[in-house]
Amino acid sequence: MTDAPSPNSFLKNQTPDSDWYKRRIIGLLCFVIPGFVFLLLRLFYLQIIDGENFRRLSENNCIRLQSIDPPRGLIFDRNMQLLVDNRPSYDLSIVVKDARPLETSLQNLSQYTRIPLELLWGEVEKSHNQPSFKPVLLKQDIGRDVLAALEVKRFELPGTIVDIRLRRLYVKSLSAAHILGYVGEISSDELKSVKYAGYKRGDLIGKSGVEKSFENYLRGERGGRQIEVNVAGQLVRILKTVDAVPGNNVLLSFDQNLQKKAEDLLSDVAGAVVAMDPTTGDILAMASSPSYDPNMFVDGFSRDQWETLIKNPSHPLQNKAIQAEYPPASTYKIITAMAGLEEGVIDEKTTLVCPGSYKYGDREYRCWKKGGHGSINIGRAIAESCDVFFYQVGLRLGVDRLASYANGAGLGVLTGIQLEQESGGLIPTAAWKKRRLGVAWQAGETLSLSIGQGYNLVTPLQLATMISSIANGGTRFTPLIVKKIQNASGETIKEFFPEIKGYLPVSPKHLDIIKKGLWEVVNGKSGTGRIANIAGIEVSGKTGTAQVFSRKTDSENESRRAQQLKSHAWFVAYAPSANPKIAVSVLVEHGEHGASAAAPIARELIRAYLHDSQSTERSTSE
Amino acid sequence: MFDRRLVQNFDWMLLIITLLLAASGLITLYSAARAGLPITQAFFVKQLMWYGIGFVIMIASFLISYKQFDQYAYFAYAVCIFLLAAVLLVGKLVAGSKRWLVFGQISLQPSELAKVAVIIVLARYYSRTASTKGMRLRDLVIPMLLIGIPFGLIVKQPDLGTAVMILLIAATLTVLIKIEKRAMIAIVSFGTVAIPMIWLLLKGYQKQRILTFLEPDRDPLGAGYHIIQSKIAIGSGMLSGKGFLKGTQNALSFLPEHHTDFIFSVLAEDWGFIGSAAVLFLFLMLIIWSLNIAHGCRDPFGALLAIGITALIGWEVFINIGMVMGLMPVVGIPLPFISYGGSAILSMMLCMGILMNISMRKYLVE
Repeated sequence: MTDAPSPNSFLKNQTPDSDWYKRRIIGLLCFVIPGFVFLLLRLFYLQIIDGENFRRLSENNCIRLQSIDPPRGLIFDRNMQLLVDNRPSYDLSIVVKDARPLETSLQNLSQYTRIPLELLWGEVEKSHNQPSFKPVLLKQDIGRDVLAALEVKRFELPGTIVDIRLRRLYVKSLSAAHILGYVGEISSDELKSVKYAGYKRGDLIGKSGVEKSFENYLRGERGGRQIEVNVAGQLVRILKTVDAVPGNNVLLSFDQNLQKKAEDLLSDVAGAVVAMDPTTGDILAMASSPSYDPNMFVDGFSRDQWETLIKNPSHPLQNKAIQAEYPPASTYKIITAMAGLEEGVIDEKTTLVCPGSYKYGDREYRCWKKGGHGSINIGRAIAESCDVFFYQVGLRLGVDRLASYANGAGLGVLTGIQLEQESGGLIPTAAWKKRRLGVAWQAGETLSLSIGQGYNLVTPLQLATMISSIANGGTRFTPLIVKKIQNASGETIKEFFPEIKGYLPVSPKHLDIIKKGLWEVVNGKSGTGRIANIAGIEVSGKTGTAQVFSRKTDSENESRRAQQLKSHAWFVAYAPSANPKIAVSVLVEHGEHGASAAAPIARELIRAYLHDSQSTERSTSE
Repeated sequence: MFDRRLVQNFDWMLLIITLLLAASGLITLYSAARAGLPITQAFFVKQLMWYGIGFVIMIASFLISYKQFDQYAYFAYAVCIFLLAAVLLVGKLVAGSKRWLVFGQISLQPSELAKVAVIIVLARYYSRTASTKGMRLRDLVIPMLLIGIPFGLIVKQPDLGTAVMILLIAATLTVLIKIEKRAMIAIVSFGTVAIPMIWLLLKGYQKQRILTFLEPDRDPLGAGYHIIQSKIAIGSGMLSGKGFLKGTQNALSFLPEHHTDFIFSVLAEDWGFIGSAAVLFLFLMLIIWSLNIAHGCRDPFGALLAIGITALIGWEVFINIGMVMGLMPVVGIPLPFISYGGSAILSMMLCMGILMNISMRKYLVE
C-alpha cells in the first residue's frame, strides 16, 4: 500500500495503511468477547442456576394458554330496549384422574344432577384416549338449580368442574327472530374462507339476520391467559392475562312495541309486514309469519323440533319480508299508471271503456268486476282497480317500457338492506324471456303483466320501498334496519344515515294524479280498500290479489289443495295521506282478497303507529 | 496459472470449524424435525441437500481470486436489487409477507443474498475512500444510498429482522472505517430528532407491533408465550441435557418455529449447558478466526470484506441466541449454520468460501 503513488502528499498522509486497519480490527475484539461472555452467563443462569425450576416446568408442560371468549355485542331496538342478551351457561365437566373411584363419582353426580348415568358414562368413554388430566365435558348448560345442588355436595364430587360460558339469549323469543337471526358453531367451510380468518373450531358465529350481517361488530376480540398448572392439570396461578374486548352493540331502527304489534296482527296467517318511515327509509317493523324461536339454535333442537320446523309448509325459517317472492298483482297498477302517464300513452283525462272483459287475440281477458266499469279514467281506474283499463295501457306501453319503470321504482332489484340473503325478485323483459325460455315475448302476456300477474315477482320489502317513495314525493331510500353501532361503554362508533338510492321516474304532476287515485282507493265511494279507512287519519293505499297456480297436483287432501290455490292478498299503504309518516306493505299468503285479508292489518299497524306517535308528540309538547 | 502456494496456504482451520458447525446444525435439525408431522422429516433431507449445494458454492467462491468480487461488486449488487424488486412483484405470499422467489420446487430468499452483496459493495467503496481522519458527512451519502435501497425493499416485504441485520452490518463497517467527529454528532442528533417524529407518524397497530417486538411480554399470548416456552426448553436442558432426541418441549411442539428461529432451544434442551456452550465456543472461534484473516490481509478490500462477513455472523449469532434466551427482541433472524433455510445456508457457505479465498491469498497480494 505504501508504494502506491499518490497525486497529493497531503492526502497520502490520510490514506490508512495496513497497520491502521489492524489496530481497528483488534479493537473489534473488545466487543466480541464481552458479547459472548454475556450470552454464556445467560446460558449458565438458565441451565445451571435456574435449570431445576425449568426442568420441573417442562415435565408437565406446565405453562399453558387458555383463551377467554369475548362477550358478544348486544342488540337493542331504537329505544334501547334489549332484544338480544348473553346469559351464563354452566357447563359440567369431570377430570377423570381426580374423580377416582370413577364409578362412585359418576353415580353421585347422576343422582344430584338427574342426568342418566349411562349418558355420563357415554361421555367419559367417548374421550378415553385423551390424557386423564384433561376435563371431559359431560353436559352443557345444566341450569342454576342443578348448579346449586352440586355446590352443596361439592365435597362428595372430586374432579367435578363447572365452567361458566356465555350463551346467546333472544329475550323476546319469537319476536323479530328473522331480523335478529341466530348464532351457531362455525362450519368447516366457513373456517376455510377468508371472511372468517382468525376464527377457530368451535367458535360461535352469526348464521343469519343481523347476527350474521354484523358479525364483525358483534364478535369482539378474544383474550387469553398464560397459566401455570400442576401435575394434575389444576391451575396453580395465572401468570398473565389479556382481557377480551367485548363486542359492539347494535341498535336497530324499529320500536319493539310496533314490531310486536305487526307480529300479533299476522299471528294467525302466513305472510309478511314491512313498515317504513318514508322520510328516512328506517324500517319501523318487519314481521314474517310464522316465526321460530332463535333460542332453539342455542339450546339445541330435539329431532322432532327440527323436523317440524323444516317440514312446516309455511317455512318458518324464511324471512318472507325480504326472501319470499310473490306476484305484485294489482299493486303493480301503480307502475303501469306511472309508465302510461310518463310515456304519454294516456293522460289524466283519457277515458277507456271497460265492458267487463277485453278481447285480445283469441282470448278473453276479464276484469275482476263482471259487469265492467264502463267509461273510466286513470283516477277511477286506480281507485276501483279496473283491469281492462290497465290491459289497454299496458298494451300501448309494451313489456320493456313497463319493466324500466318497475326497476326505476325499485321492483325486481335488491333494495340493499343490511341483511344477507335478500331476494331480488323478477321483472321480465322480452330479452329475458328469450334468453331464459328461448321463446319470443307474446303481446298477450303484456296484458297479464300490466295488472301484476305473469312472470312478475317482488318481495314485500320492495313494495314497501315503492309505496314509501310514492308517499314522500319520489325519493327511494335504502331501507335501514341498523341505525347505530356502539361499543360496550356506549360510545357510538358507527352510525347509518338515510341513503338515497334513486328517484322515481315520474314528474310531480303525474305523481299527484297517482296519489289522488291511491287516496280514492281508501276514501272514495267505490274504492277497493275502504276497509283501511281510519277515523281521524287519512290513509292512501292499493289492494292486490295475486293468483296462485298450484304446482303440487298430488296434495294429500282436497281442502289442503283448495287452501293452496287461494290467492295471496296484498295491501300497500301510507298515512297520513298529506304528510306521510309511515308506509306499509302487507302480504297474506292465501288470504284471497287484498281488501279483506291484508288491508285491515295495514290499518291497525298505521293506527298503532300514528296514535302512539301523536300521543308522544302531545306529551312532549305539553 | 495455478499457484502451488494456494494449496499450501489453504485454511484448514476454517474448514474444520465450518464442518463442525454444519454437523451440529444437521444433528439439531434432525432432532427438531422429528417432532410433529412426517412432513418435517423432509426438512432434514432438504437441509442436507442445501449443504451439498453450499459446499459446491464454497469451493467455487475460493477458486477465483476475491479481487474479482472487487471488480464485479456493483454488478452483483445490481443483480441483488433486481431480485429484491422481483420478490415484491412476483414473490410468494406466506403469512402476510413476500420473501420468496419460487422456481419450481425451490424457493429462494433474495434478502439473504442481499446481506452479502451489501458487504461486498461497502467493502469496495470504503476501501477506496477510507481516511484516517474519518468519513465526512458528504462521504457517507453514497453508502447511505447503497444501504437504503435494499433496506427499503426488504422492509417492504416486510422482513424487519433481515432489514435490521443489514443496518447493523453496515453500521459496523462504517464505524470501523471511522466517522469524523462532526459527522458523528450530526448523525446522532438527526436520529434523536427523527425517531420521535417517525414514531408520531406511525399508526396504532404499527406502534403496537414495534412495542411487542421490543418487549415480548406485551403479547403474553404470542411472542411472550413463545419466549417462555423457549426459556423452559433451554433451562430444562440443565448441565448435560435430556439427551439426543429426548427433548420434551420440542417433541410436543410447545416450541414455536423450532426448526428455524428457535432451533437453539432444541439444541440446548437436548445437549444441556455442555453442548450449547460448545456451540457458542465454535461460533466464537469462527469469529476470532475470521477477524484474524482480516487482520492478516494487507489489502483494504479483503480486510473489509472479511470484517463485513464477521459482522454478519457475529450479529446473527448474538441476536438469535439472545432472543431465544429472552434477552433480545423477538425477530426472525436465523442462527447461522443451524437454522433450517436454504438461502441462509447458501449465503453462509458463500461467506465461508470468500473467507477461505482471502485467507489463502494473503501472501499473493502484490
